Amino acid sequence: MTDTTSPTGSGLADRAAEGTALPKTGTTMENVFSGDEAKKAPAAAGNVVGSTLAALADEGHDIVVVSADMGGAVGELRARHPGRYFDFGIAETNTMSAAAGLAASGITSFVLAMGPFGILKCAEQIRTDLASTHLPVRIIARSSGLAMGFFGTSHHAVEDIAIARSITGMTIAAPADNNAVEGVIRSTLDHRGPVYIRMSAPSLPGAEAVVYPEVPVFERGKFVTVRPGSDLTVIAVGNMVQASLVAAEQLAGEGISLNVIDAVYLKPLDEEAIVAAAGTTGRILTVEEHNEVGGLGSAVAEVIARRRLGAAIDVFALPDEDLKVALPGVLLPYYNLTPSGIADRARTLLEA
Amino acid sequence: MTTVHAASSDRPVVTGEVLPRGRSTSLVDLANRAEWIRLETIRLIDQAGFGHYSSTFSAAEIFSVLYYHTLRLKPSDPQWEDRDRFLLGKGHIAVGLWPIFADLGFFPKEWLDTYGSIDSPITDHPNMVTAPGIDFSSGSLGHNLSVAVGIALAGRVHEKDYRTFVVTGDGELQEGQVWEAAMAGGHYGLSNLVAIVDANGFSGGGATSKTMNIEPLADRFASFGWRVEEINGSDVATLVETFDRIPADGTQPTCVIARTHKGAGVTLMEEAPQAWHMGWLKGEDRAQAEREINARIR
Repeated sequence: MTDTTSPTGSGLADRAAEGTALPKTGTTMENVFSGDEAKKAPAAAGNVVGSTLAALADEGHDIVVVSADMGGAVGELRARHPGRYFDFGIAETNTMSAAAGLAASGITSFVLAMGPFGILKCAEQIRTDLASTHLPVRIIARSSGLAMGFFGTSHHAVEDIAIARSITGMTIAAPADNNAVEGVIRSTLDHRGPVYIRMSAPSLPGAEAVVYPEVPVFERGKFVTVRPGSDLTVIAVGNMVQASLVAAEQLAGEGISLNVIDAVYLKPLDEEAIVAAAGTTGRILTVEEHNEVGGLGSAVAEVIARRRLGAAIDVFALPDEDLKVALPGVLLPYYNLTPSGIADRARTLLEA
Repeated sequence: MTTVHAASSDRPVVTGEVLPRGRSTSLVDLANRAEWIRLETIRLIDQAGFGHYSSTFSAAEIFSVLYYHTLRLKPSDPQWEDRDRFLLGKGHIAVGLWPIFADLGFFPKEWLDTYGSIDSPITDHPNMVTAPGIDFSSGSLGHNLSVAVGIALAGRVHEKDYRTFVVTGDGELQEGQVWEAAMAGGHYGLSNLVAIVDANGFSGGGATSKTMNIEPLADRFASFGWRVEEINGSDVATLVETFDRIPADGTQPTCVIARTHKGAGVTLMEEAPQAWHMGWLKGEDRAQAEREINARIR
């Protein structure tokens, strides 16, 4: 995989002409319908969801899992606790409201959703039936961002953080690697009200890093510093944390010290961590696989502005324009959401 | 208002204890209760200065029979885990529930005096966070049958024998989500789920037959696997018999299509049901409506 595409994006045709286009590795799309037997490494995040939920039921937690035709990932749960999974067919809004009914009966309900057909399609059900009612529903949004980018604009899920942030009472968490998937599911289990769990695409080859060697315990509303540094702070979310760690390693060779923060909680937002980063490094680069409107960058910029922190900020996100359609291994380099793309933005911000 | 009491000696009703399902209440009392619900609706809406009359009136007998005969309740503990659940899909008629809840003791009667004020826990559409006795919030039409499917499934998970009742409007059935829920109710054979359609023939914008036809309702629910009863929803005796007939161990959810009249019980509203979907009944109109209702109380 190459990650040196030009930011202007004329690259694909040029590279095709040069015979260097379309990387054949790192183009994986997660098969969200696949069962637990599909143990392909890049799809492992879904398996972690399935095994974690089954383990929770084994441990006696009063949980159910529901989905709109997305039960492939919870084969273990269905085998060991068949009464605790309900499929509603391809009927997302009914699934979301039924999850609220289960939760109103004292059960913590997990909704397995496909990125764009969870919070984007069901925003009103989520606001009205889960959030206003303070109910313990956990929405696990698989294949968020550009993870299903090959399927078309319908399958881009790049507005979800903006929607979720504006819903009162919503907690938003995004795991940065497979250990964090289990960590987020377990750490949010006792949270009051609904939790939106944003699952990224598997990281591309060359952008992979171990963020959490073991299953972490997260504290509600707290960022995690995953690599201390002194020159510039990168606040990243989801799979972009891994890419940022690789970028930090690249820049270290140039004598640049990146402070990398995992924005594992997007709401409540860790304002004190932003204040601290503004104070110590003075420069903050946010990185997310989301529209530049309303996501992590917007949230951090609001804090910097409202609290008059005077820090330099750059928001690295997807442009607010019609996005391209391709495999993630093509799309992420196209939009420069790669380690070297992040390193470039960091250098530019350091020179500003 | 006559006190509702248990006529059956083998199932005495003691305040603070469980009100059993299908408890004995005289038909006269149930009919009177429905009229009292109408009078209280007029009073509360007047206090607030705005509200939904005609679609509350079509459901007055349904409310009366459910809360004074059918539902298993424990007024001293509105969240009692074995209670029958009730969801009001057409949430805009919650004003008809508040006098019942105060009367049953879900909350103090004084709360009724707060209706319409900014901090009142009892609101135009019901809010489960603020109002004891509300099993689920509503306001956005089309959601509550789905929620009820979830509550009914939870009863199965927890091996509870409670029933979940939902009142929907007929206009509400134009929402696509309702049919997703109907499909799920049939698929899972939720015999502990009862949908009651307050089929008063109108939505906010006009006759449902003209805005968007939803008939044949009975056939439609039956085709989704539901046990269907189509009845006169303004007759308390029929409602009692219909709810009593719901099988304890069935394999199908039940849909009761209650044919009602929007504005039922007040002539000026029966003649102009749309005009009184929302409004404020005042002066001689209010006096005339109250005389008409009072004249029917026995």
